[in-house]
Amino acid sequence: MNNTEIINKIKSSFKNISIDENHSDRIISTPKEWEELSKFLRNDYDLFFDSMMCITGIDEGVDSNNLGVVYNLHSMKYNHKIEVYIPVDKKTPNIFSVEKIWRMAEWFEREIYDMYGIVFDGHSDLRRILLPDDWDGFPLRKDYEFPKTWHGIVVDKIKDGWE
Amino acid sequence: MVDFYINLFSSIEFIKSYQSSIFIISVVLAGIPIFGFMAVNALVAVYVERKVSAFMQDRLGPMGHGVGLHAGKWGVLQTLADAIKLLTKEDIIPDSADKKLFLLAPCIIFIGSFVAFAGFPFNEFLVAADFNLGLFYILAMSSVGVIGIILAGYSSNNKWSLYGSMRSAAQIVSYEIPAALSLLPVVMLSGSLAFKDIVFAQTGSTLGILPNWFIFNNPFMVVAFWLFFIAGVAEVNRTPFDLPEAESELVAGWMTEYSGMRWAFFFLAEYANMFIVAGVATIGFLGGWLSPIPGYFDGNIWGVFWLVSKTSFLIFVMMWFRWTFPRLRTDQLMRMCWKFFLPGSFFVIIGVGLWDLIMR
Amino acid sequence: MGIKINNQNTHNSSDEEMVLNIGPQHPSTHGVLRLKTITDGEIIKKITPYIGYLHRCFEKHCENLTYEQAIPFVDRCDYIGSMNNDFGYAIAVEKLMDIQVPEKVEYIRVIVAEMNRIASHLLAVGVFGLDVGAVTPFVYCFRDRERILDLFEMLCGARLLYNYIWVGGVSHDFPVGWVEKTYEFLDYFEPKIIETNDLLTYNKIFIERTADVGVIPPEVAISYGVTGPNLRGSGVKWDLRKNETYSIYDKFDFDIPIGTGAMGTIGDCWDRYYVRIRELEESLKIVRQALDQMPRQGDIYESMPKKIRPNAGHIYSRTESPRGDLGFYIESDGSATPSRLKLRSPAFTALSCMDEISKGWMLADMLTILGSLDIVLGEIDR
Repeated sequence: MNNTEIINKIKSSFKNISIDENHSDRIISTPKEWEELSKFLRNDYDLFFDSMMCITGIDEGVDSNNLGVVYNLHSMKYNHKIEVYIPVDKKTPNIFSVEKIWRMAEWFEREIYDMYGIVFDGHSDLRRILLPDDWDGFPLRKDYEFPKTWHGIVVDKIKDGWE
Repeated sequence: MVDFYINLFSSIEFIKSYQSSIFIISVVLAGIPIFGFMAVNALVAVYVERKVSAFMQDRLGPMGHGVGLHAGKWGVLQTLADAIKLLTKEDIIPDSADKKLFLLAPCIIFIGSFVAFAGFPFNEFLVAADFNLGLFYILAMSSVGVIGIILAGYSSNNKWSLYGSMRSAAQIVSYEIPAALSLLPVVMLSGSLAFKDIVFAQTGSTLGILPNWFIFNNPFMVVAFWLFFIAGVAEVNRTPFDLPEAESELVAGWMTEYSGMRWAFFFLAEYANMFIVAGVATIGFLGGWLSPIPGYFDGNIWGVFWLVSKTSFLIFVMMWFRWTFPRLRTDQLMRMCWKFFLPGSFFVIIGVGLWDLIMR
Repeated sequence: MGIKINNQNTHNSSDEEMVLNIGPQHPSTHGVLRLKTITDGEIIKKITPYIGYLHRCFEKHCENLTYEQAIPFVDRCDYIGSMNNDFGYAIAVEKLMDIQVPEKVEYIRVIVAEMNRIASHLLAVGVFGLDVGAVTPFVYCFRDRERILDLFEMLCGARLLYNYIWVGGVSHDFPVGWVEKTYEFLDYFEPKIIETNDLLTYNKIFIERTADVGVIPPEVAISYGVTGPNLRGSGVKWDLRKNETYSIYDKFDFDIPIGTGAMGTIGDCWDRYYVRIRELEESLKIVRQALDQMPRQGDIYESMPKKIRPNAGHIYSRTESPRGDLGFYIESDGSATPSRLKLRSPAFTALSCMDEISKGWMLADMLTILGSLDIVLGEIDR
């Protein structure tokens, strides 16, 4: 199936999704809908996105109210792809965890939680993965402020530009 | 040697009456050369092992080059330098270790191989203590070391050490049995447990040209030799049976927490054990100190030469194994022992017995 | 790590289970990886990998670096296959900017990437041998890898982190004599694969240790996002060079080796290992064809942009690195620095299935399985 067919197929079941006007292969959904949508994408006979290529967290910027999660899906059987973008509100950054559907999401979601503080509901083991457990804040958010000290160790003042 | 010294001292008039002192002095005098031999053996063997592994791996191994302080031509002084380094290193005892046992373990391991050497003959006369049960004695003594290994693993209070020592205990205890059973055919053929008699039973020639060594005695003996040799390799924890110190799994196994001089003692014992296993295989199957050309080059000095060179060859084979094979897994090791080696050695005993009965 | 984790380390006294911390300093964790294993005797009950010891804030750094400046950082992610990382990154940025690189550059890139794949697989094969206790194959593999590194040194001056493939081109043209030396290496290296096979692949003990061990069924592999030789070891014929052809891989004739279960079950450690060995041959084929076909004349800087400022937009592009699908998600806001650069690491997904596939095996097997996955911690922790 090509992109248009895939999107039409999805649209027939999910009315609320929209399509990114600049990128025809990206659909935009909501955290509420994501639980149903993810199961549909994985289990539908014609779509069958059995392989999750990548899950990326993004921050839409300091001015925006949104964080976001990008899911890049791929079907090994039919060799077609889709990208799902789900904006998540900064105040209540909750989204359904697809850990049970694509097992690789387990660590990717932990990483996004680690870096952006997006909480994946239903995740079995949502801990920090790359940073130490007692780290404060979520470093990849655009409004993240670098810590001055860590466990009493003074971090060098961050210099402006390159020396 | 002990008997020789006792006789010597007893024949001297003015110390004749101090019997107990004479005994102690004789034992010490006989022991010093053994210790010296063990040390030299380890130095040479470590150097050879390095060079053998290097040549097998397209490397040069230890080399000395140019002027100034270096390890001599071809790095011959490398192991000596290492020995000095190890002996002068800080003696570290882990804080949470069981200190007494921790200190005791290297002693036991060292004593295990030291006393085994006491019964090992280099030729007809050159033996520290001449037993008529030599073979039995060495088999018994060479498994004393396992107590030290268990102690070392337990007292280090380290999980890797514990794993290593448990593996080692299981392995050594298991492989003792096929090792001993595959030596039984030798005893059956020679009718004695004394090394001297075992070697004497192998004098002469067989099939015209071959020396009358037990390995050429009948086809079953070839199997017995390999069974003993491989079980021996397993007993001294060499690759492919080096599970107790499996570097990529257990860091350094039971010797993880040891360093410096105590670790050097482990090494000394390891290479001494290799020598003993290879030596017993030489005496039991390869004619001991007898010349490979029957009737020529026999004699006391030649005897030492033949024994050491045959033994060295077997040690070389062990090194060859080590740098060629991967390592087995614990359960595979045990399966090999109980399912193949043990039945195999029984089979060999029966085979040799029948052969002897029919062919004689 | 923090205090929280230490509390979890206390003994589970209800039965005979023991907590064993493998790493972060351990000979066969291939870097600084900590595996908290719960063992019963030697049997593994549960593995919890703890990663992040090598975390260098790659993605945060990239937000403050221009696209050109990010290349050395990309190098340092998978330090065993730097060329392939650069390649993947360059392709992603080029797709974002719609750059067509000259044919000669494509050939150069494919040649160095495949050479680097050989070097990386040699390391994987050798270290896997080391993990099961065979020392000598490791040294042999390193001897041959050294020659590739020498060639790379001749090419760009660096032996490990090359910074060679740039966006829109490469940093240097082939120096005089490089092509001949590479031909020489190919002729030298071909028989060495047979040597490795004799020494390790068909060794009885090696087969005993690796066959049937750590089987990854294809469905599990796909679900976990396991890619590259690990996925092909499970019998899935999937290689981005063929299935999603990028660069000029469609011009070459090569096979995709897959695991067949020749020594045990499909997807066991031996299959994964053997796929790598077979890929050495395939990469050799590609390099030879590329060297034969490569145009000798041409400007390599032709398509190199003066300034890299992609239009606002985003891209997810993936290429086949020695470890699997190496993905780059790049989001650009129109400035000279990416607003988001995500590296999707193939080793990250491979490691995440450790617990699933090594439960119930013994301690020694667990390290065999870890070795067969061929992880690089630099890429996992980024």
